[in-house]
Amino acid sequence: MYTDILIIGAGVTGCAIARVLSRYQASIAVIDRGNDIAEGASKANSGIVHAGFDAHPGTLKAKLNVEGAKMYPALCEELCVPYQQPGALVLGFSPEDRKTLEKLVEQGKVNDVPGGRLIEREEVLAMEPNTNPEVVCALYAPTSGLTSPYEMTFALADHAAVNGVQFCLHEEVEDVVRAQDGLWHVTTDKGEHTCNVLVNCAGVGAATIHNMMSDDLLHIIDRRGQYYLMDRMQTLPFHMTMFQCPTVMGKGVLVSPTVHGNLLLGPSAEDSDDELDTSPTAEGLRFVLEKSRLTWPKASVRGTITNFSGIRAHEQKGDFVIGAVKGQKNAYEAVGIESPGLSAAPAIAEMLGGQIAQEMGLEPKAEIVPAIKRPKPFHAMTTQERAEAVAKNPLYGNLVCRCEVVTEAEIREAIRRPVGATTIDGVKRRTRAGMGRCQGGFCSPRVAEILSEELHIPMTEVTKCGGESRLLVGNIHDAMKEGC
Amino acid sequence: MERQMKQVDVLVIGAGPAGLAAAIAAKEDGIDNLLVLEREHNPGGILRQCIHNGFGLHRFKEEFTGPEYAQRDIDRARELGIEIQTDTTVLSVDGDHTVTCVSSAHGVEVLSAKAIVLAMGCRERPRGALGTPGTRCAGIYSAGTAQKFVNLEGYMPGKRVVILGSGDIGLIMARRMTLQGAKVLACVELMPFSSGLNRNIVQCLNDYDIPLYLSHTVIDIKGRERLTGVTVAKVDENRQPIPGSEIEFDCDTLLLSVGLIPENELSEGAGVKLSPLTSGAEVDDVLQTNVPGIFACGNVLHVHDLVDHVSNESFRAGHAAAAYVRGALACGETIDVRDGAGVRGTVPQRIRKGVNESVDLMFRPSGVFRNATCVVTCGEREIARKKAPIFTPGEMAVIKLKPEIVASLDETVTVTIERS
Repeated sequence: MYTDILIIGAGVTGCAIARVLSRYQASIAVIDRGNDIAEGASKANSGIVHAGFDAHPGTLKAKLNVEGAKMYPALCEELCVPYQQPGALVLGFSPEDRKTLEKLVEQGKVNDVPGGRLIEREEVLAMEPNTNPEVVCALYAPTSGLTSPYEMTFALADHAAVNGVQFCLHEEVEDVVRAQDGLWHVTTDKGEHTCNVLVNCAGVGAATIHNMMSDDLLHIIDRRGQYYLMDRMQTLPFHMTMFQCPTVMGKGVLVSPTVHGNLLLGPSAEDSDDELDTSPTAEGLRFVLEKSRLTWPKASVRGTITNFSGIRAHEQKGDFVIGAVKGQKNAYEAVGIESPGLSAAPAIAEMLGGQIAQEMGLEPKAEIVPAIKRPKPFHAMTTQERAEAVAKNPLYGNLVCRCEVVTEAEIREAIRRPVGATTIDGVKRRTRAGMGRCQGGFCSPRVAEILSEELHIPMTEVTKCGGESRLLVGNIHDAMKEGC
Repeated sequence: MERQMKQVDVLVIGAGPAGLAAAIAAKEDGIDNLLVLEREHNPGGILRQCIHNGFGLHRFKEEFTGPEYAQRDIDRARELGIEIQTDTTVLSVDGDHTVTCVSSAHGVEVLSAKAIVLAMGCRERPRGALGTPGTRCAGIYSAGTAQKFVNLEGYMPGKRVVILGSGDIGLIMARRMTLQGAKVLACVELMPFSSGLNRNIVQCLNDYDIPLYLSHTVIDIKGRERLTGVTVAKVDENRQPIPGSEIEFDCDTLLLSVGLIPENELSEGAGVKLSPLTSGAEVDDVLQTNVPGIFACGNVLHVHDLVDHVSNESFRAGHAAAAYVRGALACGETIDVRDGAGVRGTVPQRIRKGVNESVDLMFRPSGVFRNATCVVTCGEREIARKKAPIFTPGEMAVIKLKPEIVASLDETVTVTIERS
């Protein structure tokens, strides 16, 4: 298949760039080895839209974090993605921490972060009474925000798709060469793509792709971050994101509400030798719990509903690598997109997408299809809105996921979206069905049935997350004929 | 909502065995304006998928399958003309007895009830709550989900099975999967004793030569897409895995039977106070919660082993709700009931002072006690005593207080297990 532009990687960066480029007259495809959008770091991170205190002034991380964070409120509004701005505290527990925090305040000013000041113990405890009383001071970052990283990525992909971008999922790049015809030939496990311009946004796989194109080698360290997710509560112990002051002993972990009203503890940070191994480990989870207690002495596994981990792509030199691939024509990249990558993604897309459009001389389209106005989730509707929704579409009356209050109407809509769900996990991340305290125990059989109906596949072909992850081995009459 | 709120006398949430029994009792007491709301398409609750036998021995002196047991109550409810509105999910219950529910057929409805019986049942503890490390692949199910696939939908979730936890549903599914041709390799229990009924250990594991590994747990889960194996290890007295004791199982399915949790999200919204021990409401001897006119019974109150007990408890709740509606329920001062040594989560948590009715105190022993005695005291005074060859957390213990004893209560009641 030929496209003018081929983007490798359907994470938040790749999808954001695809969306920016879809405003121009060019054929575009996005390819990803994952079975769905956002299968890498974009599905398993803290979901924080960082204010921008952390990154060293002058780095791309600092510039794009601050720019990206400023774009979030409007972008989330446009794409119907949850966004909140509860603010954050970075806690200090010693005189050394105070010095670090004072430095962060100054750094924030240089980075052009709005607001931000050092506050003392009493004010910390007044703002967040469940904080460890041994706290000495804190950096208060009023503009720190929250989003849902995978929902953001789905929405970016959908908007790109309605503007003509094609998505090729479950397809892994094996080789990239520039052929005699001047085009890039990209060999995958399913066939070959050719393109004029290649854009590498492959996350933990980005160095591998880069090194296929360039002699100036990049090295990515796969850094695993593990988390505990706690059930929604009547009142959460914290309403802001609680960071710990970075010390020589490490970066600390955060305790933060999520946009969905859960509480997130984590992440750990371990270098891994397997870019696909997202299994939480006993040690990693223990680390997260112990570290969380510095912020929240009452932290316990009681009330946790799941744990997970994500792999972050840490480029050895520490900053984002964004722009044209050195020594190559028509090749661009966004590599080493780790924290604050989610916050920076909209700005990365404008920067890199703009550069590509300019250097390729792309003409803007006369008309851009606006993002689909997705209905409010049923769980967030008022009683009146719910009544109207059911009156219009009776499938809103069929509650499928009782824990997260997700209806049949929403599950079918998630499957029918431009880049729709094809698996149980895909439905879960788009609708929250199965995200709650029973973790799909009650709703997964019904979700499987709906997938089977919508995708016109037998129940036995429905998967949890693509590939061989089938839920069922057969019907009770035939399944065991071959023995076990 | 602009339209008139529908008024009912007794509203029952859930048409499983608890809700059906409560509705039958209320109706038999003359409550005609009675409504049962059920989220599933059919009444019967979890009994619909419990196609094994062993139900009803206490209540009917007969052995039924789950659906047969449920059908008895469904038939009785129909005979009495009780309205059961299925395919309807309750979205919220307020402390002022306003209930909001939704269905395709009727849209969003707001109801006002004089009395409410909470009978929502319980859910299974999921993998995530255990913090078990390893991959998040397909092939890991709670035992009840697997039971639904096999018994109601007719699908096999896997062929080579390890079961974590020895709760009753896990034991039942060990037998069920075996009968269906699957190989059940092991049942693994963290504690040194099973949390299931002894009869299920015998009839579901021993009879099929399925090994039970006590004091063991799953420490790793493998398989990127579908489960390919689990690592099981022995645990020490602090439930920590012992290095070197690992056993590898090559399996495509892991079933979890690691505890049931009463589903009290609606109750919390109504301001019902929950017990941290039972995860159910704190109730008095007629199953009334701290919110007047809101009653709780069955597995939403505390997790039972036997449906017979659920039904008996729920009849009581239904009668009490009817009395409440008629203004005939005596409410006043109460005596607290406390857990003493060896006892966890006694229900009820309080008894109305001066009532002349018998009360069953139900609790879970906190460990295994052989040839022990359950002793109930009121202040310093012993008021009941019951010997048993074994008290174990897997079997709910019941001790009855006679009407004259209940009438005489004047100080805190404490339930204790004494070793002999």
